[in-house]
Amino acid sequence: MNISTRQQDDTLILSIEEERLDAHNSPELREFVLKLLGEGQIRFILDLSGVSFVDSSGLGVLLSGYKNVNLQSGRFCLTGLHPRVQAMFELTRLDQVFEIHASLNEALTHT
Amino acid sequence: MGEKTLINLEIVVPNETRYLGLIGNIGEEVARFLDTYAGDRESLGYHLNLALTEAMVNAIHYGTRGEAGDTVRVTLRIEDNQLCLKVYDQGQGFDLSAVPLPNLENLHENGRGIFLIRSIMDNVTYQKTDQGNVLEMYKKLA
Repeated sequence: MNISTRQQDDTLILSIEEERLDAHNSPELREFVLKLLGEGQIRFILDLSGVSFVDSSGLGVLLSGYKNVNLQSGRFCLTGLHPRVQAMFELTRLDQVFEIHASLNEALTHT
Repeated sequence: MGEKTLINLEIVVPNETRYLGLIGNIGEEVARFLDTYAGDRESLGYHLNLALTEAMVNAIHYGTRGEAGDTVRVTLRIEDNQLCLKVYDQGQGFDLSAVPLPNLENLHENGRGIFLIRSIMDNVTYQKTDQGNVLEMYKKLA
C-alpha cells in the first residue's frame, strides 16, 4: 500500500495513495498506524482524497485506527472523502463516529 | 443467449484478495455501459463494485477448503432489466439467515459486509447447489 506521510507540528498527515481501500490492502494500513502509535505518534489526519472505493474491511481498519488512537487520547480524523465513500460512512452511520473534515486545511485548523 | 439477455459474463479467479479489484471493477465498468439506466450510474457502479467485492471476500473467508488451487467463480447477467450477480464458493458455506444485523451503535470492526450487500441490492440469497455454494444478488434496473 502506498502511503505518504507529512508531519505538521504534532500531527502526522497520512495520504492514502490507493484507489481502493479494501480487504486486500487495508490490513497494511492497520499495521502502519499501530506501528506509529507504538512509536508515540497519537495525532493523525488521514487524507483519503485519492481513495474512490472503500469496502467493509477498509471501514473496519479505519475504525480500528480510530479506536486505538482514542485509547491513547489522540486524534484520528478523516478528510478528502470522495462522495461515494462518504455515502458508505452514512450507510453504516460511521459518519457519526469519525471526525470528518471537508478539506485538509479545515482538518489542520480545527483542533 | 436469449433475446432479452444483454450481458452474460463469467470469470473464475484464484480465491485470493489480490483479485478483489479486478472483480469489483468489472461491476463498475458494466454500470458505465448501461446507458438506458434511468438512475444514478455512478452510484450503481459503486454498488456493483461493492457487492462483488464483499461477496468475494465472503467466499474467500467462509467458502474455502484451504486447498491450493481453490477458486471463486463469479457470474454477472443482465436480463429483462434485472441484474444478477452470483458468487460461487467451494467451502462449508454459512447460513445467510443467521448473519445478524450489525448493531450500528457499536464499533465492531467486522460484520458489515453482508449488511452492505443487503442494503444496496434488492434481493440476496445463499444456497448450496451442485456447483458449490452460491450467493445470489439481484438488482432491478428499471
